[in-house]
Amino acid sequence: MIFFNAFLVAGLFCFGAQVLMDNTKLTPGHITSIFVVLGAVLSFFGLYPKLIEFGGAGATVLISNFGHMLYTAGIEGFHEVGVLGFASGLLTKSSLAVVSAVIFAFIFALLFKPKN
Amino acid sequence: MRKEEYQKLVAEYTPKENKWKNAVVAFLVGGLVGFLGQVVVSVLQNSLGMEVMESYSWLCVILIFVASFCTALGFFDNWVSKCKAGLFLPTTGFAHSVTSAAMDYRKDGFITGLGSSFFKLAGSVILYGILSGFFLSILGVIFYG
Repeated sequence: MIFFNAFLVAGLFCFGAQVLMDNTKLTPGHITSIFVVLGAVLSFFGLYPKLIEFGGAGATVLISNFGHMLYTAGIEGFHEVGVLGFASGLLTKSSLAVVSAVIFAFIFALLFKPKN
Repeated sequence: MRKEEYQKLVAEYTPKENKWKNAVVAFLVGGLVGFLGQVVVSVLQNSLGMEVMESYSWLCVILIFVASFCTALGFFDNWVSKCKAGLFLPTTGFAHSVTSAAMDYRKDGFITGLGSSFFKLAGSVILYGILSGFFLSILGVIFYG
């Protein structure tokens, strides 16, 4: 059942993003930014953890998960070291995604040339 | 040719974006990414005995690797333009934007090209993610303690 839910959650988010894009003048850059903020907002209202519980990886593969991770890492940072933790803790969880994207992108840019 | 006739002809040859088809494709492709992600996560948990959070982290790295690699090989651009939101809304879109920017601007040099344009496309995601995460987490501590 979790497999079906994962399909449903990821599919519906992408569906929403596509409908938004086709009916407005927003670019993919706008859409991804909106969905990151949406992830943080959903996390603020306690909904994103429920979404992950329901849809499993279907919720964590989305870019909205980035916003969710930033939000929860900020909260955890505060509980660990106090006010400074909002800043020092904020990127701890999303570091994995950013650093691996940087490493792979750099290595592949060295090894491969663009086709056109 | 009269003006109206010409405009009619232009309208005929302008490619029509089928909105419903786009949305259905985005739903199916995005859903497939989520489904495959869940398969990977389940395999990692059941076969390798990973904890849930750890498996999600590995999935994130795997997705970024695959999207970066496919972008480097040159066919991912085509896929993204066909599948649209189905591929740019998942983490694959983030990896794709960073890798394609790195490859495209490398010709302008490592500092002035690759370096300064690296986050050209992904920068807004990081900026608005950090802004919203920072202020909302402060609000969250105020509201929920």
